[in-house]
Order: sequence, then C-alpha cells, then structure tokens
Amino acid sequence: MTTAVGQETWVGRPLQRLEDDALLKGLGRYMDDIEPVANVRHAAILRSAFAHARITRLDPSAALELPGVVGVLTGADVLELSRPFPVGVDGVRPYYAAATDVARYAGEPLAVVVARDRYIAEDALELIEVDYEPLDPVLDPEQGELVSDRSFSYGEPDAAFAEAALVVRERFTFPRWSCQPLETYGVVADWDEGSGVLTAWANFQGPFTLHSVAAGALGLPGSRLRLITPSDSGGSFGIKAAVYVYVVLIGLASRKLGVPVRWTEDRLEHLVGSAASTSRRTELEAAFAADGELLALRYDVLEDVGAYLRAPEPATTYRMHGSLTGAYRCRSVAARNRVVLTNRCPSGLNRGFGGPQLYFPLERTMEIGARRLGLDPAAVRRRNLIAADAFPYRTPSGGLYDSGDYEACLDDALELVRYDERREEQAAARAEGRLVGIGLACVVEPSISNMGYVTLAQTAEERAGTLPKSGNAEGATVAIGPLGGITIRIATTPQGQGHKTVCAQVVADVLGVQPDEVEVLTEVDTSTTAWTVASGNYSSRFSGVGTGAVYLAAQKIAAKLQAIRDHLGDESLSLRRAAGIAHWHPDALPEGMEAGLYETAYFAAPNLAPPDNDDRVASSAAHGFLVDVAVVEVERATGEVRVLDYVTVHDAGRLLNPLLAEGQVRGGFAHGIGAALFERVVYDDDGNLLTGTFMDYLCPTAPDIPRLRLGHRETPSPFTPLGAKGLGEGTTMSVPAAMANAVADALGVEDVELPLTPSRVWELLSR
Amino acid sequence: MKPCRFEYARPGSVDEVLDLLAEHGSEAKVLAGGQSLVPALNMRLARPTVLVDINDVFDLDNVAETDRALRVDALVRQADPRLRRIPLVAQALPFVGHFVTRNRGTLAGSIAHADAAAELPLALTVLGGHVVVASKNGRREIPADEFFVSHYTTELRPDELVVETVWPLPRPGESFAFEELAQRHGDFALCMCAVTAGADGLRVGLGSVVDRPTLVEVDPKHPGASAAEQVDPPGHLHASPQYLRHLVEVLVDRAVARARGAAA
Repeated sequence: MTTAVGQETWVGRPLQRLEDDALLKGLGRYMDDIEPVANVRHAAILRSAFAHARITRLDPSAALELPGVVGVLTGADVLELSRPFPVGVDGVRPYYAAATDVARYAGEPLAVVVARDRYIAEDALELIEVDYEPLDPVLDPEQGELVSDRSFSYGEPDAAFAEAALVVRERFTFPRWSCQPLETYGVVADWDEGSGVLTAWANFQGPFTLHSVAAGALGLPGSRLRLITPSDSGGSFGIKAAVYVYVVLIGLASRKLGVPVRWTEDRLEHLVGSAASTSRRTELEAAFAADGELLALRYDVLEDVGAYLRAPEPATTYRMHGSLTGAYRCRSVAARNRVVLTNRCPSGLNRGFGGPQLYFPLERTMEIGARRLGLDPAAVRRRNLIAADAFPYRTPSGGLYDSGDYEACLDDALELVRYDERREEQAAARAEGRLVGIGLACVVEPSISNMGYVTLAQTAEERAGTLPKSGNAEGATVAIGPLGGITIRIATTPQGQGHKTVCAQVVADVLGVQPDEVEVLTEVDTSTTAWTVASGNYSSRFSGVGTGAVYLAAQKIAAKLQAIRDHLGDESLSLRRAAGIAHWHPDALPEGMEAGLYETAYFAAPNLAPPDNDDRVASSAAHGFLVDVAVVEVERATGEVRVLDYVTVHDAGRLLNPLLAEGQVRGGFAHGIGAALFERVVYDDDGNLLTGTFMDYLCPTAPDIPRLRLGHRETPSPFTPLGAKGLGEGTTMSVPAAMANAVADALGVEDVELPLTPSRVWELLSR
Repeated sequence: MKPCRFEYARPGSVDEVLDLLAEHGSEAKVLAGGQSLVPALNMRLARPTVLVDINDVFDLDNVAETDRALRVDALVRQADPRLRRIPLVAQALPFVGHFVTRNRGTLAGSIAHADAAAELPLALTVLGGHVVVASKNGRREIPADEFFVSHYTTELRPDELVVETVWPLPRPGESFAFEELAQRHGDFALCMCAVTAGADGLRVGLGSVVDRPTLVEVDPKHPGASAAEQVDPPGHLHASPQYLRHLVEVLVDRAVARARGAAA
C-alpha cells in the first residue's frame, strides 16, 4: 500500500506551514476566541485547600446571595447527577468530576460557581463556607494504595542472570513533570433540556476513548454527548486529554443551572489541577556478559498516578510494554508493574508518555554497565543494537519494530558529534581539572498506539471476558464541491503541529492540485466527523494513521474522478469539470455511480492485535529510532551544567515535511531539556503543591535551550500508507537520559537525579 | 486569576496622588509599571480597595544629575537608556526580569516593592543611594540601607509615594561588579552580589540569600569566605542552605575580582 514519493511530489518537501499566516496575525480561533452559543455564563471552581480531607460541610448560601451569581454546583450535585468515570481496572476508588465527600488532592474541585462574569464567580468562591476534617495524606508511593500489580516474564531472565559477568542493579526515579501549553483548558457546555443532548466545546485532543468515558460519567449514550473542538489549539503535548473531566463538570453545571456555561482554566488551576506525568520509581537489574552483551533485564516499577486512577491510566505504565528491551536485541526481560495512588493530582498524558520513564533507567543502566565493564558506552550500544536485517523485529514482550537501521543511525550520530575527537578533548579537559562529560541515549520511539496495550493491566483471564481491543484507526473525509473546491475533514485535533499543511500536501499529490487549493477543517464534531475511539492527537500518530486516512479518502475521490473521465472518454477532463458533473449532471455518470464527491476512509495499522495469552503485545504500529549524544561541562564552582554540544539523529521513516519534522524534534528537545535540568512537580509533606506558579515550576525559556544539531535518516515503515512514523516524542524520551549520562560521566558518579539543578549537581561534586 | 473589586483612580499630578493616599492610606496601592503588582492583584495576594495609577503624572518622568548623583523619577522605566549612566545599574538590569517587563517596570516600583531577591534594591543599597518619598506632610529622603526592612517591607508609610530614587554616580577610580546566579534567565536569583571598589576600599552587598539587601564587611584577602560566614540562608525548593552559602563565597569572589580588575 506504499506509494512512491520523490522530489516531484508535495509530500517530502519542506513546505512552509499554511496555518502560519493567520496564526501570526493573531487570527487563530482558539477556545477562548469562539462564542459558539449566546448568553454564556462563566464558571469558577472552588478547589480543595487540603491534600486529603473529609468535607464535613459545604455551604454556598452566601455565594448564592452575591448579585450576578447564577448558581452553584456542589460535590453533592455531582454525586447525584453523574457516575464515576469508567476506568480499565476493576475495584478502584470511584472518581467523579468533583470530590463528593473526601478530597484527595490539593486542588481537587469541590464546587463550581456560575456567574455573570468570571470576576463575580471568583468573588463568590470566597463566600462558600467549607469545613474540612483533615486526614493523613499519603505522599510516599511506597505507602500508596496499590491498584494494579502485574508481573511479566519473557525469555529466560533467571538463566541469563545466572550466567552474567556483571549484574547492575540500581534504583531510578523519574520525577513528576508537566507540559504547560500556552493555552490552558477551556470548555463551553450547553445542556439542551429538550433533546437531552449535552453539546460541549472544548480544546480536547483525544484519545476519543475519553469521549466514551465522559459520556459514561454523564450517563448519556455517546450520541448525546456532542463534543466539538475548535480549529486551533494552543499546544497540548498530551495534557489536554484530561479536559474531558471538566467537560463533565461544566456540563453538569449547565444541566443543573439551565444556562450555557464557559470555564477557562487559569494558570494556577492548570498547575494544581489539570494533570502531570506519573512519577516512576524503577529498580532495574541488568545482566551483562563481559563483552558488554546485554543478556537480560528485570524491571520493578512503582508508578504513582496520583489520587485517582483516571482513564486512560494506567496507560503510562504499558505504553512502552513492547519496547522494554529498548533498541537492543536482548531476548530475556521480566517486569513487575505496581500502580499506586497518592494524594497528588491525577496523572495523565505528557509528551513521551511512559518513554522518558523507561529510557532514563534503561539508558542509564547501559552507561553504568559500560563503565563498570571498562568499555566505551558507544561500543556497548553498538554491541547490542538490533541488526538492520532483523526487521520487522518482534521484541520478547511482543513489540513489532517495523523497520530501521539502528547501527547506521549510531554511526551518523557519532560522526556528527565527532565522537572520537570529543573523547580526546574530554581527556584533555580533565587533565586541566575541567569536568567534561559525554552521554548517549539510544531510543526506539513508538508511534500509533494500540489501545489494547492498556488491557495488560488485566490478566489474560480477565481480558477473556471483555471485548478484545486493538484500536488505532483514524478517519478522514475528502470532498469536492460543485465548483471544484476541495475540503478535507480530519479528526486528529492538531495543537500546532501543522496537520493542515501535511494533509494538503498529501491530497495535492493524489489529486494533482496545489496544496493551497485544499481547505482542511480541523474542528472535530463527534456528531458529524468521521472518527474512531482511537482518534485524536497523541502517540505521534498523525503522520502514520492520520495522513493514512486522508490518503485513502483522497484515493477514493481520485478513483471516482478517473471513472468519470474513463466513462466520458476524456482523459483531459479537468478536476473542476469532472467534479461538476458529479454534482450538476448525475445523468452523465457511469451506471451505478453515486452522485456527489464525498468520501470517507478509515485507516487502521495492519500490524496491531490485542495482547496475546502470554501477555505479549505489539503496543505501537511504527517505531522510529534516534541516537542522541550530549557533551556537557559542569562548572565546578556552581554546579551549573553547560551543554557544549548536543546532536540527535533520527530515523522516523519517510519525512512528510522535513520542516515540520525538525520542529517536532526541536520541541521535544526543549521539553526534554526541561526534564533534564529544570522541571519537576513538587509537593510538601502535607501534600501542598510547592510548584504552583511559574516562579517555581521552571519551564525552560528560549535562552535556556542549548543549541541542537540534527541529522536524519529515512527508513520507510512498511505498515503506514506513506511510510511515515511519528517523531514528536523521541527527544523528550532521550534527552533526560542522555543529559544524565553526560553529567554522570563528567562527575564520575553513578547516582544522578533529575532534574540536574545546580544545587543538586554541586552537592554531588562536594560529597 | 481575576482581581478583587477595586476603585480605580488615575490622577494627573503628584498632589492629587498624595491626596488619594492621604485619604485611603493602606487601602490604596500605587500602580506604576505593574510588573509585580498586577500579578499579585490577579492572584488576590494584593487586595487594595483603591488602585492609584500614576502613569498620567507626567512630571514624574525626569532623570536629573545633581551633586554627583542621578535623581530618577518614579515613572522612569527600567529600560530607559538614561539609566546606563549608573554603571552598577547597567550591569544589574539585564538580570531584571525580561526585555518586555523592563519596558514597563519602573526603577522606583522595584525599590518600593522591596523583593529581597530583586537586583535594583541591592544596587541602590551598595551604592549608598537614597529614596525620596512624599506625602501631604512633605518630603523625606531615606538612605537605602534604612529604607529596606525585610521581604516586601520598607520604611514607606501608607500615605507616602516614592517620588524619586537617588543613585550616586561613579567617583574617580571607582569600579563596579554585579554577579548573580539564577536557574533560568530572568528568574529571581538564587544568590546575588554587588560590589564597588574604590579609594575607600570594598563595599559588598548581598541579595536573595538574606531578607533585605545586606551590606557585609569583608576581609579584602578572603572576600568570599568572609562574606559567607556572615549569612545563614534558609534552604528552599531550589537550593540547599549549604549550596546558597557556597554561592555567596563564589559570587563575592567573582564580583570582587571583576571590580578590582576593572579598577586596575
């Protein structure tokens, strides 16, 4: 199903984004720009002041007396009007859109005030009287409530450990961190009492499974939750998946109060109450042969998902399940995955989703193994990389790596960074007393998630009683109007990635038009758009299945146009003329052909299946690969980490638009630098959020991002129509590991923690 | 993040401002550049009932040189090129927030706000400058070292307006250095140090690791170590007490070396 794409095609060209002209003029249509319904009232949310407390009394009467206040939705109303959000693990504590009796994290919604404007709503919040009975919070994941505990074993790990020349066993903690898009969550909810339909506009990003979750909580059939996304979204990086909770909460407020309600999350709310990554403690044991061969891995994972197991969790724990052995041909791996609840904001999607948490321990361990064996870390990587002739490669845990040439990528990266010279420079610098270090990371970057991987949280027996899942499909519609105008409608909810541009490139090639002749509608309306439960913008799936669906729909249109030309015996018939006939002159169409030109297609990756009875799963459809090399210098006096050079070489299959691809790599790099050097979400011992503003939650800003040098290879995927793989998350997965490796190398230590702040690095130095 | 309800006044003269302050006292808050106040309003950390916007008081925009000092009016923005005549301020300003906040933020506003981790209060203290405040009862000139009391706390009375800050200009042979370490560009520093070196010897001040801009007596042979002995910084989210004390030593030594180098 692949197509040949060469220089003559639009696909593959570094086309400037069609979106940018409007966005740069301030003409984007974001959630707060649209006024989809008249007479909207404004919500503000009362949030728990305690990490864990029983709400013994919540009295809104004074708030209700404030002029301009429409009404208040309380936790008691939420309990009465909705159900707990469905989730993929049985028997966990129920999770509602607001605390119904006990608040379990600081910032959990307790009530919603709806008023004439947001100012009055916030004034009214202060008038709600709440009596708390504080309860002991649990912040230590080791003490957290266990909600899932599964063990897996593939190959012969015990035998491999028995024969190992070296066993590395270390504990790694990946801190909770976040995305912080410029645009925060936003919802407008309009409950129609007459039809029983809730229409909600929200800057949701998928996965659209969460539409089903929201409908379940509302007690509505999916057809009565009409969810509409605006055409533009000011970034998400995963975090806006969880806006579905507020679709329910604000929807309930609209239902109770009989008015349309808007809620725009502010930054304080976003920091305290939206979502964040899990924090993961991993004890990783690795068996090495004396020559550096990686023989086996044993993971003991403790995943802190916060106060509630919120769908799609525990997906973070299983997203990388097919890639537990990373880029290496190691055939034995075991894992124990424990998922626990603590009194923190529930976790959610965050660029990299499970990848940074996996590769930090794995790639640190590869480096530690090399160091203890007295081998060069690049040589140890090379010794273990999956060979180019082994693809498609089935990993021991069931992952199906589609294509790649990992060693060639490594060669490219080492050449780009001038590895051997760098090592010589490092030796010279050390001789002068300078602390220079070099760190690598080799990362297999999965894209196009198989929704079935989440069901690994259940045993095979438990799964047997449920609908098997392999969801990954995307839909798209291509239509041509009576005057020849071409419109594409997609369900991939772009958040700034340039989906319009790439879709236009794809369709321009298939239909033989210019990209700017193609209109691309990015708004999703669950009542009218072609979507599936897997739709949305996550797991870097657009370039594979998103464009796949567009490509197939365009091919359907092209085939119909060609059939019209063939029927009329006029190969030179223009697109406009052929389309005109389909609309204006159905009598001229071939026998049996439907009038009109409106074609929808769905594309599902051909290589994804539900987990098998031995818990093996192809957790993603496509797998890119990247090699990063970081060269850093630690300033001895202050512990500051300076990046002297950083290179990353990617193979993400066919690059549909190299300009956009580079943007994705650079964006992932910036986010990865955040995790490596700056960002973490911190709670105190009482469960109060200490990083509740941008003064303390340190997102790197432009001057804080080091220079990045990029290289690319292109090994097409056999499983996506255009041969493309995702590449939006790779550097977010690699950078924390590569930077930690480089700093550990510079300092000559093994136990480096993220983020590598000056204070921490100095303390490592002064031990 | 919407402020509480407040009355908004936009007087056109200093006298009108002082009338309003006399009338409303601690219920009023003066708005100049707003780069600290407006976020505080939005987070409801500041809850004035009257906001006195002085941006229409056009006679508060002068910079005058008198008596070997630069007298800077209350509305002069941090980005104002006239401030480059004060070498220590010119060195410190790139650390103050960001380009866009300096376009709006005022010198006097930063002084009146008195964040212990702000650069300009430290610079004024080390230079031995003054703060000129006015009320309906008249003017007084307060030495910087007395003006700053503690975090966000100054000698300014509720009915007083900072009308001017007074910055001594360099004397012959005098040189300056400003050093700080922040995790990100534009952040409040973990530690900062300002130094003047001249005929009278060294003058060393610290910020961030203390609750107000603080002058320390240093041993000229071991300036950093002797400065570090005089502070006891509490640790916080971003740094341990040991690290902060260590930074004092490193930054003081750097600043002193640089000031001496410039003087030589």
